[in-house]
Amino acid sequence: MSLNIVVCVKNTPTTTNVSVDPATGKIKSSGLVYAMNPFDEYAVEEAVRLKERIPGSTATALTVGPDSSESVVRDAISRGIDAGVIVSGPEFDGDNAYSASFALAAAIKKLNAEKPVTIVLFGKNTNDGNSGMVGAETAAWLDWPGVVSVKKIDSIDDKIAVVWRMMEDGTDVLKVTLPACLSTTKEINEPRLPSLKGKMAAKKAAVPKWTASDLGLNAAQLSELAPSLVAKCSTPPARPAGMKVEGASAAEKAKKLVDILIERKLI
Amino acid sequence: MESNKGILVVGLTQRGKLIPAAYELLTAGRALADTLKEPLAAVVLGSKVSDYAKEFIERGADKVFVIEHASLENFNDELHAKAVAELVEKEKFGKVLIAATVAGKSLGARLTVKLKAGLAADATEVYQNGTGLKAKRAQFSGNIISEVQFASATQIATVQPMTYPRAEKQAGRTGETVSVAFNPGFARIEFVSFQAEESNEVDLGAAEKIVSGGRGLGNADGFKAIRDLAHAIGAAVGASRAVVDSGWIPYRHQVGLTGRTVRPKLYIACGISGQIQHLAGMSSSGTIVAINPDPECPMMQMASIAIQGDANELLPLITAEIKARKGAAAA
Repeated sequence: MSLNIVVCVKNTPTTTNVSVDPATGKIKSSGLVYAMNPFDEYAVEEAVRLKERIPGSTATALTVGPDSSESVVRDAISRGIDAGVIVSGPEFDGDNAYSASFALAAAIKKLNAEKPVTIVLFGKNTNDGNSGMVGAETAAWLDWPGVVSVKKIDSIDDKIAVVWRMMEDGTDVLKVTLPACLSTTKEINEPRLPSLKGKMAAKKAAVPKWTASDLGLNAAQLSELAPSLVAKCSTPPARPAGMKVEGASAAEKAKKLVDILIERKLI
Repeated sequence: MESNKGILVVGLTQRGKLIPAAYELLTAGRALADTLKEPLAAVVLGSKVSDYAKEFIERGADKVFVIEHASLENFNDELHAKAVAELVEKEKFGKVLIAATVAGKSLGARLTVKLKAGLAADATEVYQNGTGLKAKRAQFSGNIISEVQFASATQIATVQPMTYPRAEKQAGRTGETVSVAFNPGFARIEFVSFQAEESNEVDLGAAEKIVSGGRGLGNADGFKAIRDLAHAIGAAVGASRAVVDSGWIPYRHQVGLTGRTVRPKLYIACGISGQIQHLAGMSSSGTIVAINPDPECPMMQMASIAIQGDANELLPLITAEIKARKGAAAA
């Protein structure tokens, strides 16, 4: 028994301190440096840990994005993933969760046809779009079970996984029929850094690029990939200026704060 | 594209109870319904949930669909999406509002694909203007606000909890209740068990007040003073990433991009300097109180009320002062 794991990763800006071009209402992308979405590091690490748990298992990193996104696949390989694929093409440039998950699902179907996929792992969300939708949407496109907010894969074989889902009020334990898509939380593990051996493997790896036609997608399917889209971006309004609570002693400051909170009916 | 008609508010239940954010959706939904002159419907899902129908009507719904089935007692991505999708397809709702909880976000993702319907995730504002439904949401740790527009007949938004006030009860308000049959079919996710955590504490996401601690507390013991103040004012306990990573407090308390996004009326940040990832999770709070020795740190700069000082010294004094005042008020 072995697992065939897919881990989905995204190349995102390393900073969230971005600005908007007022003329276009779009985010200024020039000068931004890209790297693996930090939340994806947990998904990659979990894939590597599953490989360690069940010897003989394999893991493939998958991304959708411009050709430059190939680097994120190599980064995943340097962290212990065996191989990688990039899905690229103008059809998927919209950078919305709907089209990204559609492209990922199409690629996973292709991988699944080559060798049945056991499990697909995702990060919690990306640090650019922040929606956290791609994992669950990919599950929907594949018509596979999907679980978000996974903080532990308690047990797994090639048929069933028992996972812990972090909810607002506690933890759900779920028995999931595989294949399935799981979105992880950062509580699931502590990612390791790339190893020297991994970096060598990453350098040498061949990373195939799949286009829409490689995935057998037709024009009609591709024309329906933006049921919603970002019309424009702006920066949030500044918060109103604050006040300072002064006092000769800590006790005086504490008393003044309580006065203000009571006066404003906040407590 | 020709839009479908009617607004549907999705009332998810958890552990047999309606999630509080459902009543916030009624506020957002009622405003849309009045602008569009379309009916406001709600659906409530769970194993025994019919009692909530009257509540929904009194708080603004014109029609309530009740989907009761044992398989819907705990959130199941596929089954909840199947139940809601069948209803939306049958009734041809134009707009679907879901609270952006763990379950709600998972449901929204599944529905957008099932219904080929546009989705705005984690919306902080949902409104109708001349050209259709619009939703605002944060990106890039809250540094960017994007405006989402739709091109689909059905349009979905998951709405951040605490964004809208809860709809008030209007006694005597009437409406229609419809019971909907549900056949779950074969389920590929089986619920095994639930482990509650610190059930005596207020949940961060639904909290009106949060007292949050960071590295400035010095060590894990510092959270005792945080909890004391939180209990004194009925607040939830939050934390920065640094202290969660240090093991001072469990991850579920973490506020920020890596943890929870919160929008309380009062956020008291104690010994938190305010890294951008933390600010992303709480900068929409109503009043922000910062307690920190460094007046130049981002949290002190952003705060509505800034107190320069050591949280370990100030917190017990603040808690004692509040208890004394409450005691005096009660006497």
